[in-house]
Amino acid sequence: MPNTAQELDARGLNCPLPILRAKKALNGLQHGQILRIRATDPGAVKDFDAFCKSTGNELVSSEQSSGEYVFQIRKN
Amino acid sequence: MSNVAEMPSGKIPSELLQKHGAALDAWFDERFSKKLKEAEESKTPSLAIIATKGTMDWAYPPFILASTASALGWDVNVFFTFYGLELLKKELQLEVSPLGNPGMPMKMPFGPKWFKGINWNIPNLVMAGVPGFEKVATGLMKKTVKNCGVASVQELRDVCVEAGVNLVACQMTVDLFGYTRDDFIPEVKDWIGAASFLPIAQKSDVCLFI
Repeated sequence: MPNTAQELDARGLNCPLPILRAKKALNGLQHGQILRIRATDPGAVKDFDAFCKSTGNELVSSEQSSGEYVFQIRKN
Repeated sequence: MSNVAEMPSGKIPSELLQKHGAALDAWFDERFSKKLKEAEESKTPSLAIIATKGTMDWAYPPFILASTASALGWDVNVFFTFYGLELLKKELQLEVSPLGNPGMPMKMPFGPKWFKGINWNIPNLVMAGVPGFEKVATGLMKKTVKNCGVASVQELRDVCVEAGVNLVACQMTVDLFGYTRDDFIPEVKDWIGAASFLPIAQKSDVCLFI
């Protein structure tokens, strides 16, 4: 398991807030550090995939468990 | 091959071309598409939006797209013109009107699930005749937005400002509607006209009229 540098609780937030909050959190991280995001918006799955592809950050994992989505993004 | 040295620079001897023409073509095509791809990838995408509507529902598309594009690292310009200027006011007082808008579902943001699911089909005549109907509709819409975890317009605008989205206003509309620049947030980057915005739009990868 990679070490998480920061946790972001985006539960209950809807498009595009999880992305906007994640972007803000990533700004405060160092290169290579990992941001872990918890969300409940089903649209976030595709959005974080697209977000990482276009920003060059790495989507380390994207999982679903008990109605929650957990994403890990490594800052590049 | 004795005449190679006499060839003007940039010209390939016909003898050589005949022999290796196909290979040269293939080499060029491969190299060209590689360079083109490199150039495309290194370019920062850009978005230009023309925001022309000043109601609460129409405030969302420009601010959602602008804030998301900025999160993706794009360069973003938004040109606010006509009623779109309302979106730049210091105090946002946006309302929504269900009158003459058959696409708008009329649902209650509170109560049990079966109650929330009812679409209240209210005739235009009633909507037009009841004083304060828009105020009520706006209040219900705001409540729905909050319940669903959707950002407020103010919040999205703040993100845009923070992310350095270029918010520009139409000077002609300011004069036409009798506004002063003091009515608007100080983050408005410029007061311009169509002739200044069009070159920005021309250079943008994505241009939207909202």
